[in-house]
Amino acid sequence: MRLEAKAVVVPGDDVDTDVLYPGAYLNITDVETMKRYLFEGIDPSLRDQLGGDTALVVGANFGAGSSREHVPQAMHAWGVRFLVGTSFARIFARNCLNLGLPIVTCAAAAEAAGPGSELVLYLDEGRLEVDGVAFPIPPFPPFMREIVTSGGLVPWVRGNLDATTRVV
Amino acid sequence: MPHTLAQKILLAHTETDRVFPGEIVMVRCDVVMTNDISGPMAFRAMERMGVEKVFDPARVVVVPDHFTPAKDERSAELQKQLAEWAERQGVTYYAQGRGGIEHTVLVEEGWVVPGSVIAGGDSHTCTYGALGAFGTGLGSTDVAACLATGEFWQAVPGTIEIEFSGEKQPFVTGKDLILAVIAELGVGGATNTVLEFVGPGAEALTIDERLAVANMAVEAGAETGLFPADETVAGYLEGRTERPWQAERSDPGAEFARRLQIDLDSLPPLVALPHSPGNVVPLEQARGLKIDEVYIGNCSNGTMTDLRQAADILRGRTVRAGCRMIVVPASQRVYRQALAEGLLDVFVAAGAMVSTPTCGACFGGGTGVLAAGERALTTTNRNFRGRMGSNQAEVCLANAWVAAAAAVAGEIVDPAQMLEGVPA
Repeated sequence: MRLEAKAVVVPGDDVDTDVLYPGAYLNITDVETMKRYLFEGIDPSLRDQLGGDTALVVGANFGAGSSREHVPQAMHAWGVRFLVGTSFARIFARNCLNLGLPIVTCAAAAEAAGPGSELVLYLDEGRLEVDGVAFPIPPFPPFMREIVTSGGLVPWVRGNLDATTRVV
Repeated sequence: MPHTLAQKILLAHTETDRVFPGEIVMVRCDVVMTNDISGPMAFRAMERMGVEKVFDPARVVVVPDHFTPAKDERSAELQKQLAEWAERQGVTYYAQGRGGIEHTVLVEEGWVVPGSVIAGGDSHTCTYGALGAFGTGLGSTDVAACLATGEFWQAVPGTIEIEFSGEKQPFVTGKDLILAVIAELGVGGATNTVLEFVGPGAEALTIDERLAVANMAVEAGAETGLFPADETVAGYLEGRTERPWQAERSDPGAEFARRLQIDLDSLPPLVALPHSPGNVVPLEQARGLKIDEVYIGNCSNGTMTDLRQAADILRGRTVRAGCRMIVVPASQRVYRQALAEGLLDVFVAAGAMVSTPTCGACFGGGTGVLAAGERALTTTNRNFRGRMGSNQAEVCLANAWVAAAAAVAGEIVDPAQMLEGVPA
């Protein structure tokens, strides 16, 4: 799996899902409407950089806090293809993977990337290129790769409906 | 191979007989819970999975609580969808006026027993760890998979053991214990792990206090925060549930990712300053901060214990002019008990507003949000920028004694001095 995208940098560590998508807009269920409020509490002008295939470059513990799936849903709808960061909060990371969005934990690559950097992710090979410079990334566990290549948890479940409980 | 308590619970809910940290397993749910925010999105995802009926209606609970009572047409629509879906699926539905805040309701109504796995469409599902249950927060797509198949994927977590030694000091509550833990670990310090609370200081806590502690495990990034079940839990569950359970603990020799000791003998009341639950200082250092709104409630600290503490302060005192106070009992049961004990009258007489159970202003949903430049002191669990309204507002977190005393003084003060009549 090869994904190519232009970097948009969301600065700072411990960026929480409240600033990424404030609570007042949680009663919105239409994803096109959700897109209007992504980054509303941190920097609404970040939305102006979105459009087309995008990779979000983030800091440590990105997506802390609430389980609101509005955040990755809005990102996905804006054309975000994957995220690269120092580390990710657990529920946010799950939500991204479940929507088919790979999250790449690689501080060096996140450090190297600036706004507009060209990023190429080779998921199977475990490599991320930032403006032509290659960074090794931790291997994706087979199960997570399966979810991502299925296009997310919805198609994965649909394809595995009769599977019984098992170690994956 | 010795396992931690969390690993033992997960083992009992998979087909395997050994688990290793980091390994991904499919985990069976005993209960799946969702609300008016995560629910409608999850129902649509379940349909797209090609599944019409939930895996087991007896194991699914739906609680409208975030935008209740509905503040606008859109919120009303969500609750309508929730009620209709619950009816169609034949699952348990705690309608407005019959339940309250989801986590308080599930605990009170006996859905949560030690050793069980509860998947919830809300990050504070970790609250159930107070009773020794692996409650964990998930997003809507995960919840959809749980509703459809009764299972979620899970990387087996490591465990951080937190030992509370010594004895809790006056005016220190469960809130202060967990703020101390978050200050120590950092807001991402427990990512991919579970917290396990042990030691004499943990065992001495009441259920309400354990709920306050477990509730904020996610604020350190943890998947859940477990108290091994004991006599206190057994006493609480008696007559409340018919679900079978047994007390479990971590095996002797189980490997922990980290061990941390917090000495309660020297722990003062704490305050988390804006804009992070990890930005914790002793009460002493927060004294004098002007407060525009005091909010006592939410899934961590809207219990009878909290309301009684607040009433101890407010009885015979009034909320200072220029400061407003909102009290939100966490459930209908808490609401009625507080009514029966005369606490609600104490609050109203003092000039506070008493709300019906709701998540409300805690997440900026309504019923008490903040304007730019305002500062609130709350018993809630998050003080992120913009959490309760304006991006230019500030939120401080503290226990109910400290919160109530701040309402009387209009600024952060020491509740001990207020009760002793010492000028703050």
